[in-house]
Amino acid sequence: MYRVYFLIKRHELEIDELRPLYMDFQATTPMDPRVLDAMLPYQVNYYGNPHSKTHAFGWESESAMETARRQVADLIGADPREIIFTSGATESNNMAIKGVARFYKTKKRHVITTQTEHKCVLDSCRILASEGFSITYLPVQANGIVDLELLEASIRPDTSLLSVMTINNEIGVKQPMKEIGQICRSKGVFLHTDAAQAVGKIPINVTDMKVDLMSISGHKIYGPKGVGALYVRRRPRVRLEPLQSGGGQERGLRSGTVPTPLAVGLGAACSIAQQEMEYDHQRVSMLANRLVQKITSELPDVIMNGDAEQRYAGCVNLSFAYVEGESLLMALKDVALSSGSACTSASLEPSYVLRAIGTDEDLAHSSIRFGIGRFTTEAEVDYTAEKCITQVSRLREMSPLWEMVQEGIDLKSIKWTQH
Amino acid sequence: MAAAVRSQVISLYRMMLTESKKFPSYNYRTYALRRVRDAFRANGALEDPRAVERLVVEGQQTLALIKRQVSIGRMYATQKSVVDD
Repeated sequence: MYRVYFLIKRHELEIDELRPLYMDFQATTPMDPRVLDAMLPYQVNYYGNPHSKTHAFGWESESAMETARRQVADLIGADPREIIFTSGATESNNMAIKGVARFYKTKKRHVITTQTEHKCVLDSCRILASEGFSITYLPVQANGIVDLELLEASIRPDTSLLSVMTINNEIGVKQPMKEIGQICRSKGVFLHTDAAQAVGKIPINVTDMKVDLMSISGHKIYGPKGVGALYVRRRPRVRLEPLQSGGGQERGLRSGTVPTPLAVGLGAACSIAQQEMEYDHQRVSMLANRLVQKITSELPDVIMNGDAEQRYAGCVNLSFAYVEGESLLMALKDVALSSGSACTSASLEPSYVLRAIGTDEDLAHSSIRFGIGRFTTEAEVDYTAEKCITQVSRLREMSPLWEMVQEGIDLKSIKWTQH
Repeated sequence: MAAAVRSQVISLYRMMLTESKKFPSYNYRTYALRRVRDAFRANGALEDPRAVERLVVEGQQTLALIKRQVSIGRMYATQKSVVDD
């Protein structure tokens, strides 16, 4: 094991230093001012516990919580009774996967997921494997989409759950949820989807998608951090073994006081997302096209990771050949970007999602994820594109590999020797 | 649209833009200005007086929201963004 040194040194901004512009909307999103406005009364005066049944503080808090629940349900086409508030999509994913698998464990011992899922899904499956469950990690095709025939073939009579994320947080690829739902329904397998990046951005209907469990995250849709929801279908009923025991709140599935201000924030975020979905979608698509067009028209050897059509426009993952990703991020220090998921950026290993779609090792190290959202402006996209073009060209000029490629040498044919 | 209602809508529009310009945050400011402009433009052809009234009330509530959020933004102001001019 060798020590690895991070090139980007952590430092706090000086008083007169300008803030970088934010292009990392998949990592988190700023709160919409309308969401903050909805939450504040519950942080200041209406501070009651929503489970207190005997006074106005409790009643008004409960009423706000139920309104929020309805707002979340309306966004995904569910019944309010099917929404459980949690601390975020990670908790929702844990609840769904471990809960369903453990509830049906006497008869069903098999769970299926994909190789490109979020770390919390993969880790939950790993824990289940250590408990004696058998897990299948489905590979994805080069465009990031699961092979439906392979998916259907891997379902066994003892499969209890299939978990596939709707939109991937690293490459933005959209899975064919309707078709997957159809397959799962026909085989009697519960379908769970991590829809954290999809909810509020693309139209979602749990009945159309034939989804039984869905994870929702507050801070991906301009809501507060620390809150999320889990949709649990009631007809046909999905049973799960609760992770958190206590006073039986949230239908006994998630005990603990529901944080009213956060729930109100999530509800407001969902309601705003429903109103603004069309407007945001058009704008984000236009900005994403603008970014990609600008960059690819000036720079050769830029690859977009993930399917070009089946995607969410606001998540653009580009690989710049012959440039090291971390160096590029350091050069683009005025733009807040990431080279892959925040969860995996603690190590210098290239993203497992890029590895799963078959990206070459060196291209995987050269990839940057651009996140575009509701508050992104044309000026920010233009600034990012120009900086990117300048810095990539500069780094390529300094690169001996680039020089060799320009001379027409095929890098794959070189035999590198040790000195 | 009746002349009185028309001038009310125009004055609401102007007030919303004036308040939106006061957001210290570059992203919130540009969003508010853009969204207000696009919303009024989209509803420009509306004739039904009840629908217009409903939207005017909604606009007034949004105006109050913008004022509150501008105050909060000022209380917790930070450095400007690199693209802010």
